[in-house]
Amino acid sequence: MGKLGEAGLAATAGPARTLGMEGECRASQARSWGLPAGGAGGDSPGGDAPLPGSISSSSLLQAEVLDLDEDEDDLEVFSKDASLMDMNSFSPLMPTSPLSMINQVKFEDEPDLKDLFITVDEPESHVTTIETFITYRIITKTSRGEFDSSEFEVRRRYQDFLWLKEKLEEAHPTLIIPPLPEKFIVKGMVERFNDDFIETRRKALHKFLNRIADHPTLTFNEDFKIFLTAQASEFSSHKKQGPGLLSRMGQSVRAVALSMRGVKSRPEEFMEMNNFIEIFSQKINLIDKISQRIYKEEREYLDEMKEYGPIHILWSASEEDLADTLKSVASCIDKCCKATEKRMSGFSEALLPVVHEYALYSEMLMLTEEIGKLEDKVECANNALKADWERWKQNMQNDIKSAFTNMAEENILYYEQCLATWESFLTSQTDLHLEEASEDKL
Amino acid sequence: MEQAAPDPERLWQPAPLEPLSHPDAGLESMVGEETKGARDEGPGDGTMTENNFSLKKIEISVSEAEKRTGRNAMNMQETYTAYLIETRSVEHNDGQSVLTDSLWRRYSEFELLRNYLLVYYPHIVVPPLPEKRAEFVWHKLSADNMDPDFVERRRIGLENFLLRVASHPILCRDKIFYLFLTQEGNWKETVNETGFQLKADSRLKALNATFRVKNPDKRFIELKHYSDELQSVISHLLRVRARVADRLYGVYKVHGNYGRVFSEWSAIEKEMGDGLQSAGHHMDVYASSIDDILEDEEHYADQLKEYLFYAEALRAVCRKHELMQYDLEMAAQDLASKKQQCEELATGTVRTFSLKGMTTKLFGQETPEQREARIKMLEEQIKEGEQQLKSKNLEGREFVRNAWADIERFKEQKNHDLKEALISYAVMQISMCKKGIQVWTNAKECFSKM
Repeated sequence: MGKLGEAGLAATAGPARTLGMEGECRASQARSWGLPAGGAGGDSPGGDAPLPGSISSSSLLQAEVLDLDEDEDDLEVFSKDASLMDMNSFSPLMPTSPLSMINQVKFEDEPDLKDLFITVDEPESHVTTIETFITYRIITKTSRGEFDSSEFEVRRRYQDFLWLKEKLEEAHPTLIIPPLPEKFIVKGMVERFNDDFIETRRKALHKFLNRIADHPTLTFNEDFKIFLTAQASEFSSHKKQGPGLLSRMGQSVRAVALSMRGVKSRPEEFMEMNNFIEIFSQKINLIDKISQRIYKEEREYLDEMKEYGPIHILWSASEEDLADTLKSVASCIDKCCKATEKRMSGFSEALLPVVHEYALYSEMLMLTEEIGKLEDKVECANNALKADWERWKQNMQNDIKSAFTNMAEENILYYEQCLATWESFLTSQTDLHLEEASEDKL
Repeated sequence: MEQAAPDPERLWQPAPLEPLSHPDAGLESMVGEETKGARDEGPGDGTMTENNFSLKKIEISVSEAEKRTGRNAMNMQETYTAYLIETRSVEHNDGQSVLTDSLWRRYSEFELLRNYLLVYYPHIVVPPLPEKRAEFVWHKLSADNMDPDFVERRRIGLENFLLRVASHPILCRDKIFYLFLTQEGNWKETVNETGFQLKADSRLKALNATFRVKNPDKRFIELKHYSDELQSVISHLLRVRARVADRLYGVYKVHGNYGRVFSEWSAIEKEMGDGLQSAGHHMDVYASSIDDILEDEEHYADQLKEYLFYAEALRAVCRKHELMQYDLEMAAQDLASKKQQCEELATGTVRTFSLKGMTTKLFGQETPEQREARIKMLEEQIKEGEQQLKSKNLEGREFVRNAWADIERFKEQKNHDLKEALISYAVMQISMCKKGIQVWTNAKECFSKM
């Protein structure tokens, strides 16, 4: 960590994004880019409104998209505008320093290098006179020498995670710190502590700690160790040591960095990184939104389907000859409902958390690399950032790839299950028909 | 076995060689006709083997729809759609079809035809017309009558109607129907000349009026219940289906957004770029595939709708029977009371109330001559009443017999058609699943190459 520059404690200029400080990581709010119908900041002239009425074959060619809610301004109806393709291609950052090469090798999923295993589970509600909050159990298993024992169990609440993140940011301002799940409830939920929300948060917290554990540098951070191992009283007294001068400086450095955007001339590498991050941030946030929307639509589809099957049963009660066929149809629809539920749960397990995490990551990247620009006098800091950047990028590609591959697999499985259901219905109906026909002949 | 409707080939009896049924002939002559027809009917597919008429295969199609403007009854300009009806006869030997008639009709003329059939064949479950206004629409479908998709589906529905009538063993021989297909001008006047509107029982329009029938026919009561249930359950099904279609549309279309974003993102990625781009393309394919899928499903919905409207036709037959029964009971009651009166006058005992009786009591006895005259009048009325009752009874029995024959025919048709519709629904689902598997398999390949 080099000099933090002569920026001093100058006041903030521009939009104050208090990312991570108070923990308001509301990725869905922080937008600096315009309508996505164009490229970075462009506007698409293409078809906004859905075609009136008809779905005649001529309209099939138009990639017509649903009109989404008002707050989801960024997911517009669009038409495939050829001009969108005309984007400048950016050549990616090529690792040049030996340090970054080494770091590139250490990927997240290499089990032989892992010596720290962390799980986050058992959310528990605590009620006091002033507040209600949830703690999570954290179990750590390790073979590292610097740990006093090989197994630890502690309880932490969200606030504690926030503290840890701040400490890490303060200690490693040039590194990419994993994101925390949002502090506040995403819109649409009624209770603060409903089960889905707690479970989503638990999974995200689990991911957070494991990302730190897998990071070549962060994993050895002292505060991290204390977080994982200290019992309640020891931990709270450690926390009380308060954010140092350094962290306060860190905050203002970030603020200055924001205001100095565009001022200094930067090396080309950072230009490229900057562009990548900006566009990536746009896209990943969109994908996050799209994915959430798909989940919502599927949920609503499932609700309607659940009503659809039983009507056939109701009808079968008034019929004689048709009764069996109607009941079979109802049972097929029910089976497809179950398959839909399965697909949805797979979607929410694999794709949604990954995409959301990267959306949160992208928020931070927009800031972290600002710090990197200030450091460009210091060789070491440059390389640390670059190395971490490369590492991060590689992980991102792997994670995205596997998340989407998984989604495709879930969809294939879903359609295969439904196909089997309807095909067996069809067979049973034709068999019946042949049976009846042969009976008639007798 | 009755064939399902969309079969364009029907054996059809040209009726002009028969005199038009006299409007006042009522049921009796028709009864005669029907029993004759029933005897002559071959395998029950409408084949007429009467040796008076030549065998010809007739094809009917509603081949085109056209927007027209004209002036209505109040001399105001209006826009309407006209449908081209083409009739072809197929030569028995070489199977070639020759266009024999072609004319344009609008929806209101179809309605007129149907109303006529309802009056003249009250015991028949008359095939329904496609809906007048679009109902059960999901959000992407237009409720506008002038919308080309609606017009197209209506064209198919009208063709279906004509084929149903043409394949009905009794309705197919009706002259007005024949003229509908062959006589463009003056057809409306011809129909009105039959005076069928006068014949129509206005009480039938009062759908909710109840007529207390003392001895209701159990079978008709059950049938009425069934038609109510069928109507209710199919409406419910159609409503939910429309909502399901809406939701499914949403799911597919949102995936289209992936396509766009992936392709934009691919521009900044080196290794992932190609995979993202091609995966994005498959997402677009996926999103646009829903349009065809739902269009097919709309035809399925139309098949269900036909039977929704058939339920009404079924109920109409029950209603007519109810009225007939009611009239019969009223006539019997009236007769009984007249007989009673007569008896009392003859024996001098007054048991039933009559105004004449009361006034006689109050204002003095009537003369024996007067009494004789009244008795004689009553006796005549009784005689008339007895005859009427007898013919009403006969009418009633014939109605029931013929109605049940048609109801049985209808039941078989319904079971067959609906089963086919449900099977076609399964076929559609299968096709949708296969498309889905293909698209996602392609997408998966792209993702795994990223």
